Amino acid sequence: MDVSELQTVEHDILVIGAGGAGLRAAIATAQQGKSTALVSKSLLGKAHTVMAEGGCAAALGNVDSRDSWEIHFRDTMRGGKFLNQWRMAELHAQQAPERVRELEEWGAVFDRTKDGLISQRNFGGHRYPRLAHVGDRTGLEMIRTLQDHGIHQGFDAYMECKILALLKDGDRIAGAVGLWRETGRFIVFKAAAVILATGGGGRAWRVTSNSWEYSGDGAAMAYQAGAELMDMEFTQFHPTGMIWPPSVRGILVTEGVRGDGGILLNNKNERFMFNYIPDRFASETADSEEEANRWLEGEEGARRPPELLTRDVVARSIRAEVEAGRGSPHGGAFLNIASRREPDFIRRKLPSMYHQFKELAEVDITKDPMEVGPTLHYFMGGIRVDSDSQQTLVPGLFACGECAAGMHGANRLGGNSLSDLLVFGKLAGDAAVEHVDKSSSKPATADAEIAAVVRNATDILNREDGKNPFLVHEDIQESMQQYVGIVRSKEDLETAIARMQELWDEVSRVKAHGSSQFNAGWHEALDLPCLLITAEAVARAGLLREESRGAHTRLDFEGEREEWGNYNIVVRKGADGMKVEKIERPPPPQKLAAIAQASLEELEKNG
Amino acid sequence: MAERKFRVWRSDAENKDAGSFVDYTIDVDSGMVVLDAIHRIQAHQANDLAVRWNCKAGKCGSCSMEINGRPKLACMNRLNEYDPAETITVQPLKSFPIIKDLVTDVSWNFEQNQKIAPFKPKLPEADGQYRMKQADTDRVQEFRKCIECYLCQNVCHVLRDHQQKDNFVGPRFMIRLASLEMHPLDRADRIPQIRKEFGSGMCNITKCCTEVCPEHINITDNGIIPLKERVVDRYYDPVMWMWNKITGGDKQG
Ligand SMILES: Cc1cc2nc3c(=O)[nH]c(=O)nc-3n(C[C@H](O)[C@H](O)[C@H](O)COP(=O)(O)OP(=O)(O)OC[C@H]3O[C@@H](n4cnc5c(N)ncnc54)[C@H](O)[C@@H]3O)c2cc1C
Ligand code: SF4
Ligand code: SF4
Ligand code: FES
Repeated sequence: MDVSELQTVEHDILVIGAGGAGLRAAIATAQQGKSTALVSKSLLGKAHTVMAEGGCAAALGNVDSRDSWEIHFRDTMRGGKFLNQWRMAELHAQQAPERVRELEEWGAVFDRTKDGLISQRNFGGHRYPRLAHVGDRTGLEMIRTLQDHGIHQGFDAYMECKILALLKDGDRIAGAVGLWRETGRFIVFKAAAVILATGGGGRAWRVTSNSWEYSGDGAAMAYQAGAELMDMEFTQFHPTGMIWPPSVRGILVTEGVRGDGGILLNNKNERFMFNYIPDRFASETADSEEEANRWLEGEEGARRPPELLTRDVVARSIRAEVEAGRGSPHGGAFLNIASRREPDFIRRKLPSMYHQFKELAEVDITKDPMEVGPTLHYFMGGIRVDSDSQQTLVPGLFACGECAAGMHGANRLGGNSLSDLLVFGKLAGDAAVEHVDKSSSKPATADAEIAAVVRNATDILNREDGKNPFLVHEDIQESMQQYVGIVRSKEDLETAIARMQELWDEVSRVKAHGSSQFNAGWHEALDLPCLLITAEAVARAGLLREESRGAHTRLDFEGEREEWGNYNIVVRKGADGMKVEKIERPPPPQKLAAIAQASLEELEKNG
Repeated sequence: MAERKFRVWRSDAENKDAGSFVDYTIDVDSGMVVLDAIHRIQAHQANDLAVRWNCKAGKCGSCSMEINGRPKLACMNRLNEYDPAETITVQPLKSFPIIKDLVTDVSWNFEQNQKIAPFKPKLPEADGQYRMKQADTDRVQEFRKCIECYLCQNVCHVLRDHQQKDNFVGPRFMIRLASLEMHPLDRADRIPQIRKEFGSGMCNITKCCTEVCPEHINITDNGIIPLKERVVDRYYDPVMWMWNKITGGDKQG
């Protein structure tokens, strides 16, 4: 094959992924005059970010003026069970308000308070109403604002183009090889800096809120290129996914339902969350229905209802109720807002939930409860980056958004992702610009490397026959669902890892029938290796972490183990396969440790 | 499980402008939507079948197609809306060139968006904040619910039957323009652009667009008609007309 015949484009910076993080990064780089390519597997505006419902967390203090970045930071660290990178949580809490206001300057129209400011709603783990939102379609507002602002900043968008592999020049990044989904032709990107913003890898599970795009491409490509992954054992199961009918299983029911007053009930009509309040949150959580009701009515002294505990806690509690035989008919719990709020309120604040249930489940949520259960939702783990620059171990390779690790620790608070995208998208963009400015020479791509990527991809079309890629994907999902679920054990994780070695064999023998043009089977086949690398990293990191913390629950190691609080787990590519090791966390800066440990009263006084 | 029959448009491998309907029979479960059925066909009988989707919950606007001749989101269209004995026919949007099977080339829409003068905010208040009343943002928020499924673009007869893509931006972008023009903070003037370049006069208020909008946006009454009124006020109001002559411009203030 003659590499010189491939379409080749040159940019200063290549941004892979056009969700909130990628768009925000590309806006930053283009605004600073850098020639920028923005690449996405789907059309512009269709990335996962569009699906986000509940809101974007930022301590604007518009609804409750006691809020401050310190309290947001404290909530984030506690939600993350103190495994977050301190500096990232600090930057995030400090900069989120500015990033949200900036969206307003770019045309976003958030819901308003009575005074005309950006309104904020309650969410799990957040002390105060903190989520800027637009009904339950906040992600749409965000992505459309970034998209409509972005297209006038001068980046070049490459839509429906899948990046297959990163290219290097020695140690540093040099570009990437992509595939046009429409034509089946290849394209080579040359760039001195590459920003990964590819999102998570939830499609490795059967029950998930994630779309086909979430095959862990960014994490897998970074891993292949020599970067490290971190915190991969922490996969968030959102407590409330739809569970009935079967075809909608996994589709998300926003936490906004609970933030706006919805309660969880078992089949005995008991509000069971009161039985599952962890010690750490006991002093800040209502201990009776009566108090929780007063909170809903807006009484200042009343503490938050237990339905708004962090997601890991709520998801495990629902599972425990089901195990104890108190689940709903289809194996979940009842989520009821009809008994708490007027129909008008529900339709105005949760319009897409209303339609989703009405049209997909024939349930009117203004009258009847919803049936919900845990669904794989979010990757706290991902590519390990420097907290300030978002640079990976590979010079010139950056990562931000859901595909990066560090910000959320062992568990993410709802609403902290949309703000994460904005804050770290911008910082990654700024750092990439600086990197390009500092590079004295342009990196060169190697033809042999490019040819190998193209050959690997076309082999799938050219081989005589082989496995059906869709069925191999189902096999991966079955084993992750069964063995790397919401509760894990050594035995199960080892079974999963052993099974993956067989799955690698299947993946290497898949066959795509038909031509190279918009061939769904071929695209599916090309996603499989990424899916499997990320899935394996989750299983192996999960096996190493012998404790239960945040989203990672081990049946054989119950509860948090103090010593494990000192380690993050890192995964990297070794000479003979995947290497997993724990790395010691540096001690936190004193100022931050003091904030995280302070009582709320102290912080409110100072704020 | 029960069996159901589908007829799906498949493009020719050699010539993408040609194609034919292919029959498939699959087992279906209760609660399935048309997109689930297409995925099942894809996984088991036609791996290379091209279809767009992302959210499977009516939020991203990717899965637009014509189902039994009606433009719909395949992910929100349940099989039990059709008679069990009926064959469900699935084909790509008619108003856009076919790329392959159910996937069409919608790039024209992205080109229209690019032409729209961007949001231009007024200065914030002294404390750095913007204040807007919820009541003043309601109608803009209605337009901003748009998920860019282009179902409205697909049915608008100006684009579909009269091939006026060079002269009319279509309902999707009329409401995008309305969302900017009615934005309490925006101070750009797009009325001249709306009249000339975007062809507001081409719409004759048939309301077909409003009928198909899965977000239930009242495109015609709340978006297009008020825009048309603003154009009329500007161009056919004699006082405004004189003003334009004197100032020599279309711009207000
Ligand atoms: C239903 C739902 C509701 C949610 N609600 C909330 C909420 O209320 N608040 C909140 O904070 N968070 C929420 N989240 C989480 C949040 O939406 C995501 O974490 C976030 O949007 C991820 O953004 P991102 O920019 O990192 O990636 P995405 O928006 O997912 O974008 C990833 C991009 O990368 C591209 N890409 C991937 N691989 C490749 C490749 N190989 N080549 C080229 N391009 C590639 C994709 O095409 C896409 O453009 C929700 C998530 C879901 C699924
Ligand atoms: S009302 Fe106007 S824009 Fe809508 S379909 Fe009819 S002609 Fe087209
Ligand atoms: S206005 Fe409605 S029909 Fe038209 S693109 Fe937007 S959501 Fe789709
Ligand atoms: S898949 Fe998103 S609207 Fe149908």
